[in-house]
Amino acid sequence: MAEPKEVNDGQFESEVLKAEVPVLVDFWAPWCGPCNMVAPITEELAEEYEGKVKFVKVNVDENPSTAGSYGIRAIPTLLVFKGGSPLSEIVGVRPKAEFKKHLDAAVE
Amino acid sequence: MKEYDIVIVGGGPAGLTAGLYAARARRKTIVLERTGTGGQIVLADLVENYPGFPDGIKGFELGQAMERQAKRYGTELHYVEATGLERRGDMHLVKTAEEEYLAKAVILTCGVEQNRMDVPGEAELTGKGVSYCATCDAAFFKGEVCAVVGAGDAGLSEGLFLTRYASKVYVVSDVVLASEIVQERAFANPKMQFILDHVVTEVLGQDRVEGLRLKNLTTAEESTLDVAGVFVFIGWHPGTDFLKGYLKMDEGGHIYVNHWMETEIAGLFAAGDVRVDSARQLVTAASDGATAAIRADHYISDHFPAK
Repeated sequence: MAEPKEVNDGQFESEVLKAEVPVLVDFWAPWCGPCNMVAPITEELAEEYEGKVKFVKVNVDENPSTAGSYGIRAIPTLLVFKGGSPLSEIVGVRPKAEFKKHLDAAVE
Repeated sequence: MKEYDIVIVGGGPAGLTAGLYAARARRKTIVLERTGTGGQIVLADLVENYPGFPDGIKGFELGQAMERQAKRYGTELHYVEATGLERRGDMHLVKTAEEEYLAKAVILTCGVEQNRMDVPGEAELTGKGVSYCATCDAAFFKGEVCAVVGAGDAGLSEGLFLTRYASKVYVVSDVVLASEIVQERAFANPKMQFILDHVVTEVLGQDRVEGLRLKNLTTAEESTLDVAGVFVFIGWHPGTDFLKGYLKMDEGGHIYVNHWMETEIAGLFAAGDVRVDSARQLVTAASDGATAAIRADHYISDHFPAK
């Protein structure tokens, strides 16, 4: 199973900003119910978009500076990065089809 | 097109309980869930009123446990949004954003969604200080002043959770509707300050929330309140738009059922928060789900014999 990779503040630049493909970054925390709700969906998507989109998770508890620099004030927030900057944003739990729309736009 | 004995639309406590009972009755069962399983309890920090958990249980942990329990007996789960429902002879056809599902019986457990205030600034600043889940987002507001909109059980409970981080929590509402035990806790908390007889007319701020515009319901006077976060808990509405015109519903979109959770259409059931006159409790949603699944099992035995 292509599980999203945990990325910390120190790895963010190399893993996300300098990635060759679009990256879906899931800002989450273990105690956040809706974040746990989203996780099975991002895992499914990680499998479906394997090779086309990279999936990572940033624990906002342990990595406040990355979350802070993108103005994250709610979780789950999922940002799609392309070429080193955020392309689009999904706040809260949303239908899987909506995630796909964001990802398809990034892949094109 | 896929064929099942029972298709359950919605993976909250009612749907997952229905799935558990249907699978244990050896019916081929699938739960279709739009966003994620667990329903409204996922937002609850601690569920304190579900029997069997005297010390309370985290809402999302209970939701995940319900999902595991339903799957253990063979219930399938698919993340897809149901978009329509129609009769196909003796069967029901559930349309989704992807494929179609044919079922002998359908149980609608679509639950409810949180209401939005529908005021300027709210949508633009969602995730930038506007939140619908204090247990998720309170930690982003350490030492800051916040407001909770709504004073029902959810509003005051989430407001109390916020006081662990925020320096002050205003409660903006027309009236207080919370149960006595929750009210007592809220009134006793020195960080909670009530602004009653008021409504929010605008969320202020550019890139992040800076305040609220309020209106006094008696004098119609407008004022502003400086806050960094606003947490909205002003009730729920059923997610039944895709069923409009197909089924008998009340004005709010709740589905009419009898005490067996049967709708007016044979083989079609509704259970949990989505039905008319639900007590809107976790335990009643689970109870409804069980009732609907038991009745659906009987319905299939009666109408689809020799299988």
